Amino acid sequence: MLPAQQARLAADIAELADHHGRCRSALLPILQGIQRDHHQISDFAMQEVARQLDIHPVEVYGVVTFYSFLNTGREGRMVVRLCRTISCDMQHKDRIARQLENDLGIKFGDTTSDGRFTLQWAHCLGMCDQGPALLVNDQVFTRVNCEQVHEILENCRKTFTASGHVLTTGHGHGTAKEAFAR
Amino acid sequence: MSTRNPILFNDIPAESGLRRALEMHPLDIVAEVRASGLKGRGGAGFPTAMKWQLAAAAEGATKYVVCNADEGEPGTFKDRVLLSDFADLVFEGMTIASLAIGATGGIVYLRGEYTYLVAHLESVLARRRQANLLGNDILGRKDWNFDIVIHLGSGAYVCGEETALIESLEGHRGEPRNRPPFPVNTGYMGRPTIVNNVETLCLAARVLARGATWFRQYGTHASTGSKLFSVSGDCAKPGVYELPMGITIADLLVEVGGLGAKAVQVGGASGHCVPSRLFDRTLAFEDAPTGGSIIIFGQQRDMLAVARNFMEFFVDESCGQCTPCRYGNSVLLDGIERLEKGTCSIRHLNELKALGETMELASKCGLGQSAPKAFLSIIEHFHDEVLGREPPHFAA
Repeated sequence: MLPAQQARLAADIAELADHHGRCRSALLPILQGIQRDHHQISDFAMQEVARQLDIHPVEVYGVVTFYSFLNTGREGRMVVRLCRTISCDMQHKDRIARQLENDLGIKFGDTTSDGRFTLQWAHCLGMCDQGPALLVNDQVFTRVNCEQVHEILENCRKTFTASGHVLTTGHGHGTAKEAFAR
Repeated sequence: MSTRNPILFNDIPAESGLRRALEMHPLDIVAEVRASGLKGRGGAGFPTAMKWQLAAAAEGATKYVVCNADEGEPGTFKDRVLLSDFADLVFEGMTIASLAIGATGGIVYLRGEYTYLVAHLESVLARRRQANLLGNDILGRKDWNFDIVIHLGSGAYVCGEETALIESLEGHRGEPRNRPPFPVNTGYMGRPTIVNNVETLCLAARVLARGATWFRQYGTHASTGSKLFSVSGDCAKPGVYELPMGITIADLLVEVGGLGAKAVQVGGASGHCVPSRLFDRTLAFEDAPTGGSIIIFGQQRDMLAVARNFMEFFVDESCGQCTPCRYGNSVLLDGIERLEKGTCSIRHLNELKALGETMELASKCGLGQSAPKAFLSIIEHFHDEVLGREPPHFAA
């Protein structure tokens, strides 16, 4: 990681610690914030959190590796989690799983090479009466069929286009439409 | 007397429980809950009033009310409905509890999978603060100060266990604690803490609104009131149903359009599998208890595949702290694989049963103690179906 990136990550962590507090009970909210914004809790991030909260880095590592929504390795910007529990299983989650693998070109547990998508299994999402269900980051989708897999992923891809476009135009450069035409 | 939607989904005026509690002495609130016979709706069925009374009696100026919204039991989704459509009732229940035990802090431990509910819950909390239903001197009652924050989980089923939940709140791995001490004495940050299920808190608010006698007219002697059932699987009308405690499985199947089922899983992955010949069993703490999960299996379902799904769940979700659970679940899953391949001797199956019984006795927390139940009940009731299978064929 470049020093500039490290400095930015450290500043983000300091901001999260300012917001949630510098105590042990703020650890999970801080880690959740890092995961959300950086899609990974790296060694450097864990050391920095430990420094900010004045605890041993291994304490942080122990927590990160315990929870399935926190990861030391890099995740995609969109994490797709398909429910594998019995009620969704009986509603043909296997077909949705195959379609997701086909449309993303990866297997469960993997991340696309462009860093956009990670595909994972989830346990019961609490949507058993309207399965198969999946989460894309925080958003839930129910009664998903194979065709909708394509739609959902395409909508995610549009989000990437939109945010990429915001990055290139920055502030104050006319309307979004004009900027896009350029 | 209608048996559908008697208590929670009933049209009772908002905040009427809170307003009545406002006039009462904290000990009388606990007494009212005790008289109602309300038991915890998360699945374990611990008497709610006893928790409240112990926390109320505990020394300390700082106490906490924790709402357990870590709804992770496979097949359970009633708390999602309560949090979406009855958030005010949940917070009303927490606020009443704060008065009963003398708590100043409230925490909703919301599972990470329900992050999409946070915005809604925060807006309800903001509105309640504005209406002085939270904050300082609530509704003009001097020195009744209480507020609620939301704390998100991060995808760990075991955090639904109350001491694991507290560990998680404190920023640790969600590993269950030894008990005693119990959270009512040594809970969040070492302070007296009650941890109640979402539905329990809602019901407590209703008990205060309408009184214990009204509440007791529903349900059975040992299981008073109503229960929310999260119904999924092979039935015509899956969804959340509010029905009196003590309803038979057969009657519930009529209600949800699940006639002709082969079996029903009562209580999710950590519950029992009940075959059709036992559908006259009642859904109550004294018979077939459930935190609400009802999964219906039609005649076409392979019960060994069901057992495998549940075992995979527990292998993944065991926190790994104690050996019976960490290792036992993997051994049971291996046994299921042998049964699938048709290579499991009856002697080995008997060993697996003994192992399951050991896990029930020797595991540290409720997760490990109930993990083998589904496996054991499926082996018991569907013996013929799971033994002597032909190995799966693969196309050459």
